[in-house]
Amino acid sequence: MTFWLIQTLNGISYGMLLFLLAAGLSLIFGLMKILNLTHGSFYLLGGYLGLATFHRTGSFVFSVLAASCAIAVVGIVIERIFLRRFHLQELPQVLVTFGFLFIFSDLATLVWGGNPQTMPKPAILASSIQLGPFFYPSYRLFIIGFGVLVAVVLWWLQEGTRVGAMVRASVDDEEVARALGINVSLLFTLVFAVGAFLAALGGVMGGPIVGVYPGADFEVLLLGFVVVIVGGLGSLKGALVGGIIVGLLDNFGKVLFPELALFTIFAPMALILAVRPEGLFGRE
Amino acid sequence: MMTPSVKTPSAAIMSALAIAGGIALLLALPALLSTYYLGLVVQMLIFALFAMSLDLLIGYGGMASLGHAAYFGVAAYTAGLLALRLGASVWLALPAALVAAALTAAVFGFLALRTRGSYFLMITLALSQVAWGIAFGWRTLTGGDDGLTGVPRPALGPHWSLADDTSFYYFVLLGTAIGAAVLARIVSSPFGYALRGIRESETRMAALGYHVKRYKFTAFVLAAIFAGLAGCLYAYDNRFVSPDYLQVARSAEVLLMVILGGAGTLIGPAFGAALIVLLENLISAYTERWLMVIGVIYIAVALFAPRGIVGFIRERRAKPAPRPEVR
Repeated sequence: MTFWLIQTLNGISYGMLLFLLAAGLSLIFGLMKILNLTHGSFYLLGGYLGLATFHRTGSFVFSVLAASCAIAVVGIVIERIFLRRFHLQELPQVLVTFGFLFIFSDLATLVWGGNPQTMPKPAILASSIQLGPFFYPSYRLFIIGFGVLVAVVLWWLQEGTRVGAMVRASVDDEEVARALGINVSLLFTLVFAVGAFLAALGGVMGGPIVGVYPGADFEVLLLGFVVVIVGGLGSLKGALVGGIIVGLLDNFGKVLFPELALFTIFAPMALILAVRPEGLFGRE
Repeated sequence: MMTPSVKTPSAAIMSALAIAGGIALLLALPALLSTYYLGLVVQMLIFALFAMSLDLLIGYGGMASLGHAAYFGVAAYTAGLLALRLGASVWLALPAALVAAALTAAVFGFLALRTRGSYFLMITLALSQVAWGIAFGWRTLTGGDDGLTGVPRPALGPHWSLADDTSFYYFVLLGTAIGAAVLARIVSSPFGYALRGIRESETRMAALGYHVKRYKFTAFVLAAIFAGLAGCLYAYDNRFVSPDYLQVARSAEVLLMVILGGAGTLIGPAFGAALIVLLENLISAYTERWLMVIGVIYIAVALFAPRGIVGFIRERRAKPAPRPEVR
């Protein structure tokens, strides 16, 4: 029983990191129709930058914010200079975002080396707390709470603010939104920056539990795609529910069927594609 | 639409001479090149076939797949496993590998072909990861990360081994030539023209009475078979199969080869493939930062050569109707 509870919490906390990644991936896809392969790099670079900042300053909160903001700026530059000109041309988009994925991957290995690194936990969250019959790391519980908080904030941004309404309108019909005077191209940059910010946030926050290592960019990117496919494109709710599902599948797969770990993620994805290609919360 | 090239008699003679010269050169290469460079040409031929198979999807069918390495790898694993575990001859292993690639493509195509555009890219990518996951995780069958070592070079008969580099080169040349000839035949057949029509407008082709989905599915499976042939040849060439055969980076690389050469031309992607193989070998000899270099190449191709080498040459010749961009 304890085993199942602990593994469930582990799965959900990893799922929250995947949610941070997939929320941006899904929004970018929903609004701009871009398959952003560089998203994995945002996660990886966020993790490394957070670590480097932490070694300099010793402040966890500052490192999280500084790394995420820096990556948001990188996102803006890529969107403005390289992706803007290829609106709705998926082949050049794939080439550009894949090119940056390679460049950043190599850059990270060059700067930070090939060994996995772990970010220290903030002091307050370093211990474990008792949950009934067992102890559980408080940092992982914090990640779960933080994920819920981000979900609520994003939901409020999307449903309760003027900018959110403009984003929703542009997702539904970009041309009409433009005709109504909505500055869609500014929204593109904004959403891309927010997506990059969230991916980097996932990278830094995940640092203490999953670490930062070469290849993490490709790994989380693919899991992020599975989350988006399972949850549905352009849907925040889908990214959250999909993230938790994939986090749980990944965790239980690794613990229970180590040989077929990846299969436990991809088989349900194929099933969803077969019966509900638009995803759990996607629209037709 | 492709602009049918109108050739004057002298141009026809010139291109016939060029083709004959090319064939003669390819046949004479083993006498001209050292073992190292002959091995490089073998790789170029294999990836040329791989890129041409993807061009059938992208350039003619308008289906940009980001998971084409799945069929390359599935066929390579099938051929390797049959040879290593059952001692099967190439006459059994190669056809079985092509069937395995076709069956995989039938399942993946069934799932992916409900979508198009960027979503199709993402789903083909995710599905190819299923194959990668099995190759990587199922250690008892595939050897996992270590791969399958010692895949033998094929022997056509009890006393006819292709182990030496020259006969293996001719084997690969023959395989690529057959693949290229069949692909060229497919794209110039009524089926090929229907595919082009589907690329331009699915609704119009459906209105004309074409069963659009069946055409796309057939093209998807056919492309996988030729990718599978390339994968088998690569396994025989390396004498080794690993999960790298099916990874995303390989799917992206073959996509780059197609676009760099010029999608929708067959010959362009073949040259794109040769160029990338050559660059990879040249540059990695000088620097460890090959990944960064190829990353820059990806971006440069998108920015400066979106229609590829062949498209660039055609534009320079200022033909009246340039090919529309493939989306």
